[in-house]
Parts: sequence; C-alpha cells; structure tokens
Amino acid sequence: MAEPDRTKSQRRDASLPKGRQVDEAAVAEVAMMLGDMARRRDMLIEALHVIQDTIGALHARHLAALAELFRLSQAEVYEVASFYHHFDIVKEGEDAPAPLTVRICDGLSCEMAGARALIEKLQATTDARRVRIQPVPCIGRCANAPAAQVGQRAVDHATEQAIIEASLAADEPDIPDYETLAAYRSVQGYRVLGRLLSGELSAQDALETMSDAGLRGLGGAGFPAGRKWGIVREFEGPRLMTVNGDEGEPGTFKDRFWLESSPHRMLEGALIAAHVVGCERIYVYMRDEYPAALEILRREISALEEAGLLSTPIELRRGAGAYICGEESAMIESIEGKRGLPRHRPPYIAEKGLFGRPTLNHNIETLSWVPDILKHGAKWFADQGSSGRPGLRSYSVSGRVKNPGVKLAPAGITLEQLVTSFCGGMAEGHEMKAFLPGGASGGIFPASMAHMPLDFGEFEPLGGLIGSHAVVVLSQADSVRAATLNTMRFFAHESCGQCTPCRAGTEKLAKLLEQPDPPLMEELVSVMADSSICGLGQAAGNCVLHLMKYFPEELG
Amino acid sequence: MSERVTFVLDGHEVTAEPGETIWQVAKRAGTKIPHLCYKDDPEYRADGNCRACMVEIAGERTLAASCVRKPDEGMVVNTGGERVETNRRVVFDLLASDMPARDTSPDPDADFWAQAELAGLDAPRFPASRPGAGGEIPVDSLFHDASHPSIAVNLDACISCGLCVRACREVQVNDVIAMGSRGTGALPAFDMDDPMGLSTCVACGECVQACPTGALMEKTLLNENATRREVYADRTVNSVCPFCGVGCQTEIHVKDGRIAKVDGRRGPANRGKLCVKGRFGFDYVLSPERLTKPLVRRDDAPKRGDATLSFATLDQVFREATWEEAMARATQGFQSILDSDGSQALAGFGSAKGTNEEAYLFQKLIRQGFGTNNVDHCTRLCHASSVAALMEGVGSGAVSAPFTAADDAEVILIIGARPEQNHPVAATYFKQAAKRGAKLIVMDPRRQRLMRHASHPVVFKPGRDVALLNSMLNVIIEENLYDAEYVAKYVDGFEALREKVKDFTPEAMVELSGVNAEYVREIARVFASAKASIIFWGMGVSQHVHGTDNARCLIALSVITGQVGRPGTGLHPLRGQNNVQGASDAGLIPMFYPNYQSVEADAIRTRYEDVWGRSLDPATGLTVVEILQAIHAGQIRGMYVMGENPAMSDPDQTHARAALAKLDHLVVQDIFLTETAWHADVILPASSQAEKTGTYTNSNRQVQIGRPAIAPPGEARQDWELITDLANRLGLGWEYTSVSDVYAEMAEMMPSLNNISWDRIEREDVVTYPAAAPDAPGQDVIFEAGFPTENGRARIVPADLLPPDEMPDDEYPLVLTTGRMLEHWHTGAMTRRSRALSAQEPVPVVAMHPRDIGEMGFERGQMVEVQTRRGAISLTLRADRDVTPGMLFIPFCFDEAPANVLTNPHLDPFGKIPEFKFSAARIKPAGSGAA
Repeated sequence: MAEPDRTKSQRRDASLPKGRQVDEAAVAEVAMMLGDMARRRDMLIEALHVIQDTIGALHARHLAALAELFRLSQAEVYEVASFYHHFDIVKEGEDAPAPLTVRICDGLSCEMAGARALIEKLQATTDARRVRIQPVPCIGRCANAPAAQVGQRAVDHATEQAIIEASLAADEPDIPDYETLAAYRSVQGYRVLGRLLSGELSAQDALETMSDAGLRGLGGAGFPAGRKWGIVREFEGPRLMTVNGDEGEPGTFKDRFWLESSPHRMLEGALIAAHVVGCERIYVYMRDEYPAALEILRREISALEEAGLLSTPIELRRGAGAYICGEESAMIESIEGKRGLPRHRPPYIAEKGLFGRPTLNHNIETLSWVPDILKHGAKWFADQGSSGRPGLRSYSVSGRVKNPGVKLAPAGITLEQLVTSFCGGMAEGHEMKAFLPGGASGGIFPASMAHMPLDFGEFEPLGGLIGSHAVVVLSQADSVRAATLNTMRFFAHESCGQCTPCRAGTEKLAKLLEQPDPPLMEELVSVMADSSICGLGQAAGNCVLHLMKYFPEELG
Repeated sequence: MSERVTFVLDGHEVTAEPGETIWQVAKRAGTKIPHLCYKDDPEYRADGNCRACMVEIAGERTLAASCVRKPDEGMVVNTGGERVETNRRVVFDLLASDMPARDTSPDPDADFWAQAELAGLDAPRFPASRPGAGGEIPVDSLFHDASHPSIAVNLDACISCGLCVRACREVQVNDVIAMGSRGTGALPAFDMDDPMGLSTCVACGECVQACPTGALMEKTLLNENATRREVYADRTVNSVCPFCGVGCQTEIHVKDGRIAKVDGRRGPANRGKLCVKGRFGFDYVLSPERLTKPLVRRDDAPKRGDATLSFATLDQVFREATWEEAMARATQGFQSILDSDGSQALAGFGSAKGTNEEAYLFQKLIRQGFGTNNVDHCTRLCHASSVAALMEGVGSGAVSAPFTAADDAEVILIIGARPEQNHPVAATYFKQAAKRGAKLIVMDPRRQRLMRHASHPVVFKPGRDVALLNSMLNVIIEENLYDAEYVAKYVDGFEALREKVKDFTPEAMVELSGVNAEYVREIARVFASAKASIIFWGMGVSQHVHGTDNARCLIALSVITGQVGRPGTGLHPLRGQNNVQGASDAGLIPMFYPNYQSVEADAIRTRYEDVWGRSLDPATGLTVVEILQAIHAGQIRGMYVMGENPAMSDPDQTHARAALAKLDHLVVQDIFLTETAWHADVILPASSQAEKTGTYTNSNRQVQIGRPAIAPPGEARQDWELITDLANRLGLGWEYTSVSDVYAEMAEMMPSLNNISWDRIEREDVVTYPAAAPDAPGQDVIFEAGFPTENGRARIVPADLLPPDEMPDDEYPLVLTTGRMLEHWHTGAMTRRSRALSAQEPVPVVAMHPRDIGEMGFERGQMVEVQTRRGAISLTLRADRDVTPGMLFIPFCFDEAPANVLTNPHLDPFGKIPEFKFSAARIKPAGSGAA
C-alpha cells in the first residue's frame, strides 16, 4: 500500500470508524509478547523494547494494539516510539528494517580512527536487505576506535572483516569477566550496607562522611554528593532514587568500565544511598548501547535478590538510544515512559522528580565510590587527590595517545601528567594539537593549555567544562574544525527538539561551520548558552567558540 | 504557592498574586513580552519551549522563560536590555529562517509575525533547512498535508511550539496530535504521522485556533492549493453555536456577507473551545438548498406518505408564491379548520433550535390563536422522561449543576450518553477531570472512546439500566453507604426504596445486567463515599419505555447519598439541542405554560387568560407521537411546524409520514426543504440561527445571546416576524416591534428569568438562571438546601424491572439502537447540508462488531438491509468494535436510509418518549429479496 496522497482531501472509508482501527489479532500478539508485564504508562518503553526485540521492528498495527492494551492513544505511543533511535517504526506498506543492524560509531574518536571510511565501505558492499549499516553516535568504546555494534555484539578496532565475522556469530553480548556477587562479598562487599542496616553505622554518620570526603557528582555536574543526600532527605517522602547509567557524552566510557568490571560497587553504593536518604525504590536507567552491562545488571540484581541483600527494590530500565536521556530530568521523563524532554527548573528533581516525588539521582561512578569511602573513611578518599583536590577520578582518555582507556588518576591531574604518566605518552608520530577535556560539551582547547588541572571549575571560566572527564586528544593529523563539526552534528542529531535555541541552533551551527560567519556564530552560541532549557543546548556551542578563539586559521 | 510575592520588575517593585508567572505580572504592569508557545489563556499550560519570552533574573547564569517562571520574594527581573533583546531576536530569527516569507506564508496575519515585530526581527539571517524557506511553500512540499476536508496542514510554517499538541491533548483531550521524532524532526503528527484526513482526528479545530503561525489553518481561508491565505474577514460577530445543548460562545468572522470562519469564544460553557460542528459546520447556512421564496403546493401534486423529494425536483410539487399569497393561504387553512372542527383539530410543533423568544411566541400562537394545548417539540423525543422524573422527584426539570461542575467532582458517573459525539465540548471537562485523577464511571451498552479515560468502564446489557442502577442502590443501602442525615432532612420515600431494592443484589442482577457483581459493588461504593459525585446522562437513559424509571433510579442514587446541591455534585441530563432547555422553559410543551406552570391549574390559566385576552384550553394537549396518532384517527387536521422534522425524527417513520400526508393543512416554516416539508401545503422560508437575534438557554441553564452575522438569503424572513404575521392574520393583534419586546413579555411571565433583563443579557452575553439580583451572577449549583417541591424535600419513586418493549427473538435476533454521529446533528437537516461535515460522514451506515460481521459472513463496506417489524432500510455496513456483539447501531440523520423507519413507537407511560434505543432487528445482504 502506497502512502496516501496528502495533497487533497481524502474521502474516508465509510466502512470503518475514523483512523487506524485496532486489529484484534495484533492485540493478541502483543499481549502474548508482553506476558505479565504491567500495562502501566511507565512501562511503555520497556514494552516497545519487547516488541522491537521480538519482531525486529514496531509495526503500526502492533503499536495500535499496544496503545489499546496500555489505554493510551496511538499518538501517545507513536511520539514515544519515534523519539528513540533504537525503535524502528514500520507503517502499513513500508518495508521492515533488515534483520541485522550494524551500528558503527561516528563519534569524534571513532571518526579520527577512520570510522567514516569504514561506514562508506560497508554501506557500498553490504546487501541492505540483509544488513543495515547505521552510523550512530558514541557507543562508549572510544579507547578501541573505530568501534561497532553488530546486533548486540561489540566489535572493537572494527574492520570490515571483523564486522563480517561478528555478524556470523550468535546475537548476544560478550560478557566480560567481572566481579560477581560472590567475589565482591569475599572482599567484604556489602559489609558497609550491612553495618548501616544493622544500625552499627548511622545514616547521619554516613552522610557526614560522604560530605567530608568531598565526592562530587561524576556524571558531569560535579554537585557534592553528600550535600545532595542531605537536600533530598529534607523533602517529605515518599522519595525515590534514580541511577543514571545513560553515559552518552562522546568520549566517555568509564561507567561502562565500572559496570563491566565491578558492578557491585555501584549496586552497594546505590543501596547505601537509598537507605541513608530514605528512598523507597531505585530505578537504574541503563543506556541501550551497553547490552553487556545490561545483562550483567540483570544477573547481579537477581543475584542480590536471591541473596536477600536487596534492601531497597531495584528496577532496571533500558534506554533506547537518546543522548539527551543522560540529562537527569530527561532521564526521569524516560523512566516515566515518555519522550526524553528535559524539564524546566525550578522545581529541581530533588524536590519534584520521578513521578513527581523527591528524587535522588546519581551517576554510576559516583555511586561506585560510596562503599570505599564509607569503608575507609573520608580522609582516605580525600587524600588520593592532587593539589588539594579530593579523591580519585576515572578519566576516559581517547584519541591520539599511546594507551587510551579509563585512567584512575588523582582529581586535578593535568593533561600533560595524564598523558605522560598514565597513557604512555602520545601515539607514535603524533604531537598534541588540541584536546577536549569533557567530551563534546566541554569545549576544545589548544595543547598549550594541557598544563591546566583536569577538574571542575577550571575550564568553566574559559567557556568549557570537565563534565564527565572524557578527554579526547587531537594531534597535528586532525582538524579542529572537523572535530567541531563532528560534535555539532552530534548535538543536532541528539537535540530533543523541545526548545528553539537548541533545536534550530545546533542545526544552524552545523550549517554555519561549513560556511563560517563568525559574528553570527558567536551571537548564536551566546543565545544558545543563555536561552536553552538544558545543558545540551547551553554547552553545544562551546567548541565553536573555541574554534574561533584558539584556531581562527582553520576557519579559512 | 499560596502567598503573594513582592519582587522587582524593571526597577519597580511589583506584587505577584499566588501562582502568577513573571509574564503575567509583566502583562499587568503593561509590559509586553513576546511569546509564541505560550497562549495567554487559562486553558493552556505554559510550556516555556519557544524561548521568545526570556527575561534576565539577577544572579542567574542563564535567562529564564517568563511564561513558566514564577517570581521569588525579592527577585530582581529585567524584561529588557541588550542581552535579553538579542536572545529574543535571535530566537525569532532562527524560526523565521526556516519559514516561508510572511507574504507567502499560510497566514501573514498570524500572531507569529506580530510577535516577531515586537521582538525586533529584521530579515532572517540563518541558512535555511526547509525548501521554500524565505519564499513560497513549494507545491511538492513534504510538510504539506491537505488530506483533511476542513483543515490544511503546512508544517513549512511550523515552529514546533507544541500549542497544537496541548490543544489536542490537554485542552480538548482528543489525543490525536503527537509531537513526533526529535531535533528538527520534532513536528506535530496525527496518530502515527498519518495523513490528517485519515487519522482519528475529530476536527474540533482547537489546534487551528491555537496555532500561532498558520501551519494549521481553516481551508476556508486559504487558496486552492491550501498553502496561502486569501480570505480576510471584514468584521466579526459575537454569538453562540447553533448546534447542541452545550452552548459554546462563538466569534463569527464574516467576509462579504458570508461566514468565513468561526472561532470559540471564552463563554462559561466552552471556555474558548468548539467542536467540529460549531467550528466547521457553519456552511449549512450558505447551502444552495436554502429556501429563499415562499412555496405553495401545486394543485396537481397530491400528498403521499411515501413521497420523496429533493431540492432539484421541488418544482414538481411546489410553486413559488408571493409572501402575501403564502401567508394568506397559511392563515386560511388554519382558519377554515378552526371554523369547521374547532381548536382541537389543530396542533403545532415548535423548535428546540429556535430562540427562546420564538418558542414563546410559537406556544402563544398555538394557545391563543389556535386555542389548544396541542403544542410540543422534540424534547418529547429526547429528555421528556428525564424531565418527568425530575419534576416528580426534585420539582424542577433543569440541571442542578453545570457540566463544568466536573472540575470539582471526585467521581463522575456518565450513563447512556456519548458526550464525545453529542456534547464534545462538555466531554472535555470529563476527560480533563479524569486526567487530574477524578474517577470516571462510564456506563453504556456500547463501548466508546471515553471509556479509555474511565477508571470504571461498564458495558452493560442494553435496556437493563434499572437492574444495574437498582443493584447499586441495593449496595449503598445494604452497606450503609447512604447519607442518613441528608435523607432525614431532605428526602421522602427512602423506606419504600429500601424495601423495593432489597432483592436487587448485584449478584441477583448479574444475569440481567451482564456486569460482574463485585464490580457493581465497587462502583456503588466509589460513588457513594466520594466527597463529590455527579451524574450525567443522555438519551441512552431516556429513550426507553422505562426511561422515566431509569431517571428515577439516578435521582435516587443522587439524593440518598447527598450527592447534590454542593460543588462537584448533582444531576445533569445532557440536553441535546441548543435551546431544548429554553424551549421547554418557554412553554413549548402541551402540559405547561412558560416556566412549567400547569395548563390544568385554574389560577394559572386565569392569569394567562387575563393577559392573552381569551379563554384558553383547560386540558393538557397531546404530545408529539400522540399528535401523529391523532392525525391518523382523524382528530387533528391542520398543523403548523416550525423548524422541526418529525418525518425524520419520529419513530416508525412510515406511519409518521403517512400522518403528515393525511393532514388537510400543513404549514412548514424552515430554512430547508426538510422531509416534513415534502408533505406541506405552504412552506415559509425562514432565517437560520446565524441570521437572527435572540436568546438560547443551554444545558447549564445559561441564557445566552445570539446575534445575526449575515442576512437571510433571498426573500427569507425572520421566524419571529412570521409567527407574528400569522398571529395577526388570525386576529390576535400582536404589537411586537423587536425581539427584545418579546423577551420582555416572556420574562414577565417567567419568575426564573427574574433579574435577567434583555439589556443585561446583551451586555453580559450570558446569564445563568436563577439570578438573585440584577447584578448578582446566576446560580450554577442549585438545591443547596432542599428542593423546589411543595414540602422542600425530594421524592423517591422506586423503579421496577420493566423489560424493553420488543425483545430479540428467533425472527429478529439483534438489538438495534439509534443515535447521532459526531458530525451529524439530529435529523441532519443542517449538518448534511454542510459540506465540511458531510465530507467526514457522507453516507448512511449501520455499525456492527467486526466479529459479528465475520461470523455472519458479511464484509464491511457491503450494502446490507436492516429490517424490523416496522420496515427496512438499506445502507453500508461499518465494522465498529464499539458496538457490542449482538447489537446494531444506526444514526438517524440519513434521509436516504432513515433509521426511524425501523424504530419502535411504543411510549414510556410518563414521559411519552418512544423507545428509540431498543428494537429487535435482523440484517441481510441488500437486494437479496425477502428474508
């Protein structure tokens, strides 16, 4: 069936009521797929995943059936499904996507490593009916660029050959060796939680230790964790907790590292935080780009439940391919089963968050430090920093260094030290030209500023930020303008589309980067920073400003 | 939130009322802040997405959207300055860069352009991303969708502000428009990005009224391609909608004497909203089929009950006449019957679509001029049973609370009504209430979209209302959930009710009602124990042989639980026609003078005899169906029918039409050649609602003024003048010079209109009755302390189980029910002549569950014949899951397949209403010979 003509009045089919009718067979199929899943609004995205996973697409008749089962309108289901990149809506008469999707990262680090050529080659040589080659934003494997995801299987240092091999293997994630519950408990794991639950350690003491340790939010905002606990605890319950596993800032992969190596540090941290703050339920929101981490969490959460250690119920929720859902209020909307649109502040989520309740939200790494801090004390943690900056940080380093990867280094280390002492120096034949201290949002700085401490508050006065500590190093082989354009295309792709400055601004900046008009770009970047609803639009122009300021020669 | 806040706005200390935003305070202070996604209308939530209204707040890193931001104590806010102005200008620049140029955009008059000027936008500077940006919308634009008959979509001009989404989802709660995709792809989509005309859109047009750019526009204003505006109104008229009993206020845009478009105005009943009929159905007045000259029956055209006629073949039966000839003929016909057979040989049907003043004059003419009480109107076919039960139970036939009382209700019970089709704007309040968490109980034998919003959808067996409602009463009494104190104070007949419903346990009624007993118990508990529960009902309750009993049960439910007389409580029969309340109030019924004063009460009659200067008929007159029977019996020989269409609306239509054809003298005053007019001797072309002045009383007891927007076509005349002319030709000596004269006399006779003068209505546009003083607002909620009965107490009349008159059997195994469609109103006389409405529901259909269709070997879309013991009609088979298996539904608006050929004329003994909602029927392929 061809798409109906929209250019003239359509005489409607008198044999049916208005609009797409619900097909009772499709209702039965969807009901079967969903099984005993609660037909609740907040389960909508989970339900969409079930259908997408089972059938490989979201057919309109199934979406209409799902709407009926969830007592929603078709529009309400459609707008959610169409918001997330990992859902493929197939209307009547349209072809379903190929049975296998190969997602090739075109994030900055991967692009620097030749992803573009790989994508073009594969697109030219692959039978599109069998395999869909899809360029996608950062999949969090930047240390192994170029990276790809073949179905659920990750391919590092991807080549055409490696991708073909992966496509022949079973479609399941490779689960790395990680610290299981038993292993974690054998090194005193869950002892701190036990002491808290038994009353041996008071919630008040725990909170004070956290405050004294100076742990800051490592999702990017850097808000002191202890203070956050205190604030949320003050609001009248019932309270909820969310764990933000939607690590999507290009260049960032440290949360994946923690989850794929030692998931129980985060889980114990979350249970501790929920107990201290008095949260009734924990929602762990994991990005869908990390199928291995999702599988590990599924296993370990049920292991915890079996072991009777789940002092607060944990629900695992799966993202669906949307960078914006790393923004905490957008993530909350997504957990509620909606489009991931950031909310206005005030009110802050600490007061009115998930389901309108006071909500404590933490990043994976932040929580992963909690058990250690409470085990070893505030001083132990604080002392590991450098030049008066407390604690250790996980830096995600990628780009032109010899040994990229997650580097556990003292807070406040400089890039020079990080590259020299932790990364084995620059890659062979490369000289540092520029770097991004905090992923695509953090701006881009010349090598001459590599002596600055990589910490909160350092880059902000220069129109940058450290954010999630995603350090991407560029060399003489790289174009800063191309890198900036890469980030801007990313932001335009990932803008939720809610507010004008970000929706239109990112798209216009990407165009202007091809035909630069510096005064207009500068004016636009400042408006985006001033008037965007959330950090995405506010920070999206940072690299553009730096390109104009530090690398004017590249604008030609 | 609940306190006032003092802050500094542009250097001046100002005070914000609780809940006020910075934008609202600035507006009060006389500062205009540009806005796009924010609509300055309390029905619309501010969304803060367009960023046109940014302001600077001292100490904050970024600017803030003033439409969503509420000031804090001591905050320092600047609405101007370079930073703020640059931000706003760039926001408009970004948007305009992707839009067509103003001159060639869908609506150069759109608010966007005015706001852009306010923000200081010059020529757009950014590289465009849409073809046609800065110029004209390309003919092959992917953003263009003209698939809907009334609305054009040109997303080329869309700024993704989401006002249409809020309009559709939050204001009207029709839930059709999605904001699809994300980034620059975040654009409005219908259902699943379907062509609008093929979507579930109900065309309320709220999105069109809300759109700030013209991306969604009325097609009536656009060029042939539906991309550019070419019609600009030269004036607007404030009036009220001509269709249902909701009573939406309208703003009519007129261009060159024709209606160009209609907007909703903020009246108390509609708060700016309209439905498809009110917004797009106005074009019936422009129909080429309007009657423009008086017509008289040709001498060579005998009457036949089975005659059919069309506008095109009209001159086979009628010929044009002068007004003098037509009026003289009309009068002579009545006079000669009066002379030969006396008053009781005449009768009149007035109209619930006309004004109060016309209704008053009509009943006065029949009573004073004809000397009979044989005057009635279609209320008899709608809520007569409800009114009978209400008069008997609580002493007043009007609603106790408006439908907007749903705002204050904790529980809303809707039974036998499909407000989304028949009272769409009233339905918005029910859906909004459900969204905010109120419990919504929807009881109906057919499913409906509204049930999606219901906390308690109840599909029960047709005709088994009493079984269901009595079992709820049983639970409430047996479980002591009734309000004993209220009952003691205000209610009579409780013990008899207790006795009667003793055996009606939900368990005992399951077989009859088809509703799970525990569910009935839960619903009864929910209704009785809520702080405020309100009941709405429609024709599904009233149009039964036990219609009065159904309403009695609802009254009992309400009064024994004390769920009446307080905000958020009450009894509300949803009135069908724009002025059915007013026409009844004005005495257009055979047993009452205006204000429900009995014609049989000597004192009252004497008063009217004094005022009208003649002796009046001391006996109750005949009702609608009885009048038709009396024609067959040879008792009634002449009729005056104004704006009614009994040939379509009355049950057992073949019989009804035969009656009309049997009349010796029939005068029909209408705007169209209705099926009733086919049988007329004289046809008087009259004025449509858009052409006249007068008042209308809606379902909420709100008296509103309608004003003429255009002139009547050709020689058509005002209805009130025609009635007066006829009256004077009959020698009554009426001396009205204007509609307000009529109102003044009517109000004089009607204490309910005390303190509501013509001047006041003209000034305020709407006044609710009763009103305590000339300057006091009318009373929305009545029965606050007892009832207007003789002893001030409600009277419960327990109801017995009475089966439908005609149960299905082997011969006629299906249950046929009739009603309306969203687009077609009443007999379709108006709406089927609206191109906009007919485009959406063009042909007669019978709806059946798809499973039944499959099992019986039919295919949807095929022609079928539906038969009952009264007759048969052929029409298209529609597959509709709302119709429960074993049922058929046929709308009664299609003259080519009139449902009332099939319906059962058996009457409710009290309300004299026929059982439109239940007939035994069968179905077979059309043209397959006798079944």
